[in-house]
Amino acid sequence: MPGQAAELVFDEATKRYPGREGAAVDHLSLTVPAGEICVLVGPSGGGKTTALRLVNRLIELTSGDIRIDGTSVKAQNLVQLRRGIGYVIQQVGLFPHMTIEANIGTVPRLYGRPRSWIKTRSAELLELVGLDPSYAKRYPAQLSGGERQRVGLARALAGNPPLMLMDEPFGAIDPIVRTRLQDEFLRLQREVRKTVVFVTHDIDEAIKIGDRLAVIRTGGRLAQYDTPRAILEKPADDFVAEFIGPDRALKALSLHTLAELELGPPADGPTCGLEMTVRDALALLLEKKATVLAVTDEKGAVIGSITREELLA
Amino acid sequence: MKTFVDAFRFMADNPHLLLEKTGEHLELSGAALGIALVLALPLGLWLGHLHRGLFLAAGVSNVGRALPSLVLIAFGLTIFGVGFWNNTAALVVLAIPPILTNAYFAIDTCDRDVVDAARGMGMTGMQVLLRVELPLGLPFVLAGIRVASIFVIATATIAAVAGGGGLGQIIVNQASYGLSGVVAASLCVSVLAFAAAGILTLVRRTASPSHESLT
Ligand SMILES: Nc1ncnc2c1ncn2[C@@H]1O[C@H](COP(=O)(O)OP(=O)(O)OP(=O)(O)O)[C@@H](O)[C@H]1O
Ligand SMILES: [Mg+2]
Repeated sequence: MPGQAAELVFDEATKRYPGREGAAVDHLSLTVPAGEICVLVGPSGGGKTTALRLVNRLIELTSGDIRIDGTSVKAQNLVQLRRGIGYVIQQVGLFPHMTIEANIGTVPRLYGRPRSWIKTRSAELLELVGLDPSYAKRYPAQLSGGERQRVGLARALAGNPPLMLMDEPFGAIDPIVRTRLQDEFLRLQREVRKTVVFVTHDIDEAIKIGDRLAVIRTGGRLAQYDTPRAILEKPADDFVAEFIGPDRALKALSLHTLAELELGPPADGPTCGLEMTVRDALALLLEKKATVLAVTDEKGAVIGSITREELLA
Repeated sequence: MKTFVDAFRFMADNPHLLLEKTGEHLELSGAALGIALVLALPLGLWLGHLHRGLFLAAGVSNVGRALPSLVLIAFGLTIFGVGFWNNTAALVVLAIPPILTNAYFAIDTCDRDVVDAARGMGMTGMQVLLRVELPLGLPFVLAGIRVASIFVIATATIAAVAGGGGLGQIIVNQASYGLSGVVAASLCVSVLAFAAAGILTLVRRTASPSHESLT
């Protein structure tokens, strides 16, 4: 089975659906370096899903090319290509007639892995996505929507693919669970280091998850491709500026954590961890009507403080 | 009431005759159903998998409903001559529509997202069909087979008109067997049809929800 991360290149990739005016994806060119998360954001109907499905050829290119580690997707055997790409579809699509374990084991089974190997792997992956091993014998209908999305993620990871395509994997989930899944996903990504193309139309999720953002406008044209910071600081045009919203200065604050700032001496005040973002720290200050926060380490010991002025600087 | 009592007396008096004719009836129905399955099931499943040939699946079922079996037998008489194969051919034509149509729609209407996920993970067309679409569509496929088997068993009775064997020989020959014989044979046909339907319902229960696990 495949291993390490792969570089993904869209080269003037274009898709026109027959009988439809205009392109769904229009001369899209961008490079996702190996091991990075590229988030496609844009309005509904903008061509994000189409762009993803061009990669595993569930939809065929009209013109242009897409290359994985230098090899064109067009030059590869369809079945081999897809087995090497983890795909989390927008609607999850678990197999209702198979147990969770069998669902997760789908790709390893296609590779002819023995049963015992698959069982062990499923258990590992369940743990990785934060589900109890007892879920192995359940059926999809017996899981909540959020749990199913985790299984979808585990299933896509099972073949250890160098490339993952994730189409709104955390859509239709309440904000609290969504935040937790995002955090877990980022932790996971630090462990497994895949090349990921992640689709969402939630700009906050994009900023949080992405190493790079590709902002796509209606008609499948690339409006801007850069790091979240660069896009927040310097939107390429009015469309991008409008899409990321008028509060982009505030959003930019969520790119930094307290760990990156210089702390003052320990002081009294509401406590917060080093990993908290500057934006959340400000929110905490406002909520507690305080002027200074006590910053704690992982063990909860106060190691410093930070004032409102320092946060806003 | 007396008719039924007489019918049961007929059964008690002529067990060998009834058994023999039931055997013939089953043979005829079984052959027809088997051939229809071989012809229609793979075709229906594969067309459903490709989402192609709706006109065929829907058209065949309409034609099938419109053609009275007697006309078919009449046609068959001229083509194959009198006898077993003529009757079988007519019954096959009768059995194909429900099998083909149900197989087609069972697969064609499978949850697109689930099928999409299967393809996206690199299953071949055949793997998608056998591991995902067929298990999910199985209840509907079996329902079609069930309808076909009831049709065939009931209609096989008419075979006697065209010189075939089976329970129909007793039913169309009241002169020799009397009313009690006709009713007894009819009861046998009903029992056969119910038994076939029952067996297929049972298969459907055990097979669905056709759960697949690793162990
Ligand atoms: N199979 C298809 N045939 C024809 N047109 C299609 C097909 N699939 C998508 N489209 C059209 O292509 C455009 C892009 O669709 P796509 O699904 O890629 O958008 P999206 O960015 O993923 O939207 P969303 O955020 O709502 O999921 C839309 O206008 C859509 O109607
Ligand atoms: Mg989409």
